[in-house]
Amino acid sequence: MNAVSTTSAERVRADLVRARSARSARESLIKGLLFLAALLSVATTTAIVVTLLQQTISFFGEVSPLAYFAGTKWTPLLSGDQQSFGVLPLLWGTFYLTGIGLLVAVPCGLLAAIYLAEFAKPKVRKTVKPILELLAGMPTIIFGYFALTFVTPVILRDVFGIPVSEFNGLAAGLVLGLLVTPTIASVAEDAMRSVPQSLREGAYGLGAGRLQVALRVVFPAALSGIVAALILGASRAIGETVIILIAGGQSPSMSLNPTGSFQSMASFIAATARGDIPQGTLKYETIFVVGFTLFCVTLLLNAVSTRVVSRYRQVYE
Amino acid sequence: MSASTAGPNPDNQIPKAPAEVGVSGSVTDLTPYLPPVDSEYDLEMTDLKGPEEAPAPVEVIFDCSDVEVHYGEHRAIRDVSLSFGLREVTALIGPSGCGKSTFLRCLNRMNDLIPGAKVGGHVIYHGQDLYADEIDPVQVRKRIGMVFQKPNPFPKSIYDNVAFGPRVVGMEGDMDEIVERALVRGALWDEVKDRLTENAFGMSGGQQQRLCIARALATDPDVLLMDEPCSALDPISTGRIEDLMAELKERISIVIVTHNMQQAARVSDKTAFFTVEMAEDEKRRTGVVVEYDATDTIFTNPSDKRTEDYVTGKFG
Repeated sequence: MNAVSTTSAERVRADLVRARSARSARESLIKGLLFLAALLSVATTTAIVVTLLQQTISFFGEVSPLAYFAGTKWTPLLSGDQQSFGVLPLLWGTFYLTGIGLLVAVPCGLLAAIYLAEFAKPKVRKTVKPILELLAGMPTIIFGYFALTFVTPVILRDVFGIPVSEFNGLAAGLVLGLLVTPTIASVAEDAMRSVPQSLREGAYGLGAGRLQVALRVVFPAALSGIVAALILGASRAIGETVIILIAGGQSPSMSLNPTGSFQSMASFIAATARGDIPQGTLKYETIFVVGFTLFCVTLLLNAVSTRVVSRYRQVYE
Repeated sequence: MSASTAGPNPDNQIPKAPAEVGVSGSVTDLTPYLPPVDSEYDLEMTDLKGPEEAPAPVEVIFDCSDVEVHYGEHRAIRDVSLSFGLREVTALIGPSGCGKSTFLRCLNRMNDLIPGAKVGGHVIYHGQDLYADEIDPVQVRKRIGMVFQKPNPFPKSIYDNVAFGPRVVGMEGDMDEIVERALVRGALWDEVKDRLTENAFGMSGGQQQRLCIARALATDPDVLLMDEPCSALDPISTGRIEDLMAELKERISIVIVTHNMQQAARVSDKTAFFTVEMAEDEKRRTGVVVEYDATDTIFTNPSDKRTEDYVTGKFG
């Protein structure tokens, strides 16, 4: 080994070592920042759950869980004998209005998705897709007033002649459907577009027509994404507050007749939290109990959706 | 010099096929699984004996003249004039980007699916121009099956994959039988008969590709177009598919695009050599046919220098 090569070996070594230590310092800094960002969201969620739980436990110290979960009368803000803490009317209102909404949103959203993904010309798709996404992000208060001042008086009463009260579940549910249609359409369209072109070609090559390719190959192949779209739409409807608050009324009901007033969990929280109920009272704690119930329902739905999606997930190379 | 007339086949007569190349031995008896011989195809083909005066040894199933394809402004291939014989295997070889696949996709109107693609010239199949106005491309694809470069089974069960074609075209008869027959013809039945309800994605790549072949055979096409069907497969799977092609040839015509020259030499009766032509005024590349002849001739005694350079490995 001669002198020259020794020197160059040392230089190479020094180079390699220096680069490594400088990079590792930078990397650990970035890693720390990323960890903090992740921690922040976890900490926030934890704080929310803890707050909800505290109040909920305190609430159940005074009201029996049976009366809460099985009771059919929700009048927590009244006093004396009139007061009742049965949450079922709120659950019913939430799911009933969501159901009306999905009755509109699922067919409309899926048909729109199939059209956009498989039939629309690129130009049409490029125009419609951003509009859909814009619609999905529109403030819901606009939808709420649209339901109250247009759907109820003009569409339901004048056009269809349905004798609905001013605040009614039908208008709220229908507009809830309008709200989640773009979400379902947009997410389902993404799922269908991500089905590889080779599957379409394979089907066309076997003599399938456009509709057959769309319905028999692309739609089932995108099923996991489509289910995710539906569940996303449903959880948006379940958590939706303002539309029901404005157009659906404020009296909880377990009626099947959608022309009357309904209240959902979220709209109860919003209506009650802006009132002047003193902290620490039982009435005040109902806000948190209902919040916790809503949290659990949404969590359950997400868990189900994760399982469904992973079960039907198809990985394409 | 026009490449289309460079071949020895200016009148679209098909050169005589070479004597049968030794095909791997035992062929299972497929008779019970094959469609009846006097099917509708044979009736129609009686009108298509080829030019009377020509000593045409093989019936023509495809007669293409001056085919050209544009993708938007770009001309991908030009002046492709080739004829394919009934129950023959024709190989299309040539360097990447020479338009072999583009041409292949003209034969069952798959290019219709590519936005901006335009096909010119004539593609005559059983005497009928496939690009005539009244032709329904969906009907074309029912009769001219296709197998793609990468296996593309549907995310469904093995059974449903094979049954897909018969179902969409409304084939009559017992679906179980149709599926079994297709899988036997695709040389896959023995391997999958006990797991027909399993998802096709659980199969190996070679099995998936044979499933795709079986799927294409299920509708009883009389032509199978194969676009580099073995390029994603290992040599053993490749060998199986080549054996399969030799068996299928008894009943149907096959046009195969391949980059593997040994494969072309092994499986085909005729070979067409494509190359890329760089236009002087534009920087675009256009594919043309240099030479079309019996496979033996192409590989042992080509008449064009470019073909010789390509098959001997001096170019491409």
